[in-house]
Amino acid sequence: MLHSALRAGLFAGAVLTASATMAAELAIVSGDSGNGLAFLQSQLKNFEAKTGNTVKIVPMPPSTTDQFGQYRLWLAAGNADIDVYQTDVIWAPQLSDQFVDLTDAAKDVVKDHFPSIIESQTANGKLVAIPGFTDAPALFYRKDLLEKYGKPVPKTWDEMAATAKEIQDKERAAGAKDLWGFVFQGNAYEGLTCNALEWVKSFGGGQIVEANGDISINNEKAAKALEMAKGWIGTISPPGVLAYQEEEARGVWQTGNAVFMRNWPYAFALGDSADSAVKGKFGVSTLPAATTTDKPAATLGGWNFAVSKYSKHPEEAIKLALFLGSKEVQKNRAIEQTTLPSIMSLYDDPDVAKAAPIIPQWKDVFMNAVPRPSAPTKVKYNEVSSLFWSAVHDTLSGNGTAADNLEILEGKLTELKGSGW
Amino acid sequence: MPSDSIAGIAMASTQSTIQIVPTAPGHKRVKSELMRQRLRAASWFLVPMLLALAIVAGWPLLRTIYFSFTNASLTNISGAELIGFKNYLNWTVLKSGRVIWSGLLADPVWWNAVWNTVRFSVLSVTLETILGTVVALVLNADFKGRGIVRAAILIPWAIPTIVSARMWSWMLNDQFGIINDMLMMLGLIDHKIAWTASSDTAMIAVLIVDVWKTTPFMALLILAGLQMIPRDIYEAAAIDGVHPVKTFWKVTLPLVRPALMVAVIFRLLDAMRIFDLIYVLTPNSAQTKTISVLARENLIDFDKFAYGSAQSTMLFLLIALMTILYIWLGKVRFDGGDR
Repeated sequence: MLHSALRAGLFAGAVLTASATMAAELAIVSGDSGNGLAFLQSQLKNFEAKTGNTVKIVPMPPSTTDQFGQYRLWLAAGNADIDVYQTDVIWAPQLSDQFVDLTDAAKDVVKDHFPSIIESQTANGKLVAIPGFTDAPALFYRKDLLEKYGKPVPKTWDEMAATAKEIQDKERAAGAKDLWGFVFQGNAYEGLTCNALEWVKSFGGGQIVEANGDISINNEKAAKALEMAKGWIGTISPPGVLAYQEEEARGVWQTGNAVFMRNWPYAFALGDSADSAVKGKFGVSTLPAATTTDKPAATLGGWNFAVSKYSKHPEEAIKLALFLGSKEVQKNRAIEQTTLPSIMSLYDDPDVAKAAPIIPQWKDVFMNAVPRPSAPTKVKYNEVSSLFWSAVHDTLSGNGTAADNLEILEGKLTELKGSGW
Repeated sequence: MPSDSIAGIAMASTQSTIQIVPTAPGHKRVKSELMRQRLRAASWFLVPMLLALAIVAGWPLLRTIYFSFTNASLTNISGAELIGFKNYLNWTVLKSGRVIWSGLLADPVWWNAVWNTVRFSVLSVTLETILGTVVALVLNADFKGRGIVRAAILIPWAIPTIVSARMWSWMLNDQFGIINDMLMMLGLIDHKIAWTASSDTAMIAVLIVDVWKTTPFMALLILAGLQMIPRDIYEAAAIDGVHPVKTFWKVTLPLVRPALMVAVIFRLLDAMRIFDLIYVLTPNSAQTKTISVLARENLIDFDKFAYGSAQSTMLFLLIALMTILYIWLGKVRFDGGDR
């Protein structure tokens, strides 16, 4: 007994001295607040306990555009203060030169992740970041209102619009004056690119720029998809939707003022919280498609962990990135935050299914996920996206028809592409 | 904001040092030894400030101008090569003989931003000058609690722009914003207005917030000018039975004019480079995108560092040009004297 206690003490001492010599002070960025930040802190505590390193969180603004700008500046200046970056799924090709190649370090765990996500984080054969969680939007619907009017969950956009209109009109007549049929993200920003890509793709209109670099956006199906969305503004969607990002849409939804909403899974846990007006009254489904025979589409999102080339402790930093993308952390994250794991086996995990029953459902949504054209357009992706969302925003605000705007867009994209992306 | 006020003051003080030097024709005075000594001392006192300005303003400015003549990108800043004026204007002749112009001066997005910037500056400065004058006249009158009102009116100016822009963007929200709610309750509008989303109202929304924020600054500068006016002129006017409105046009306005002109130029310089308010309120609206917002977009988001530098350089030239024109046409003097 004494012997084993002594041995344990010696062992602990050995661990302590070992970690004291290797311990590094790492820094990770985070644009999260509230629950998200608390979650990250709790996971970092586990990491610190395991490895003896200390990790400092550097807070970032919540807007991903602002984060991207800041990262660009830091990386361009060779800043060694940040070791691990959290990156959006579309940034890998743009920032790949400034991050450490994780191919070797992650070779044992890569096969556990969805291949499409690993592919999205690979640029020129280099694994730029390790996936932390993935994201795919869905259609949120008000179960109680659909039941009240005997409507099924819509499978096509037209069905969705008709149902939304009917419920909106009848509920308004009954006194719910602020009710709208459908809210989405219509502000001129990256989110509109995601929304519009889903409309276009579900109509069979391609992915703006195809994987081989061809510009495909100027086609009749894409124009039809945009004209359809334009028809929503002011009828089933508030005119202000043209300035909505995720949080504005969720604001309308969570106060009980929308029948349908297109949003990311994070809105599920928040909508089900105690102070929500729609708690227990809603469900989620795949986004609608053009017709019942078409496939729906959901834009692939998600966040990843990348290690800065300028880090002073690259080995410890790689450990941290791998830890945050590990099955253990992804499982905790799924249970506490209803985020979608990028590790396939977690979708069949009974603990996850019990704590967050929507996650197994989301597997269907995820199977239809479509990537934004960040891989073929490389460093020009942001400008491609900006030109696309501007053309869509113009169409939705009534500046020109969809066909005209897409033709102009094609011209601008061709000019931007030049001799190659 | 403080940095440019400092720059403004610095500019004013350099101007006033120039005034000390007696250069006016017909006043040829022999510089005394004492005078020369004083000038030497003054220039030594100026050295630290000029040095600081050269480091924090001069050097970045020169770098920006240099980058505008290169093909620099943020991922490869050190590998920048000089490419001449191609960022500003470039042309390619097609096989058919057609000439295609490219570069900043041929970019409609750029000219739209220039137009937005000028429109915003002229409208906001005009509104702020008129409202600022009215507020200053009120604050110049004697009434009980004047001190508290003077302090209170500065609150919008004291709030950081980012904070007030965020605050206003929630207040202007179409669905749960308080502005729409109040207007609906008063019966002034019959449907909720999407202030920042609609292309018709985006600029109006930006102007509302800017006027709210900056009128106190104008009022304060004009109030300082008003308090310089001797009271006995007003007494004389009152004894002569001059109508107060006429007194304003004939006495107050001409005498406050130098202070007013300086206040206007400070605001104009500030308005021309507006960034934070628009970046928060309506960052991607073509109706409100100003030169600074556009330059940031190119510098950071689009990986066109050199192109963005060219835009920044043009903005600098534009502001310099406007300032020179204004001083020349308005015959502004920064030492407070008139003409």
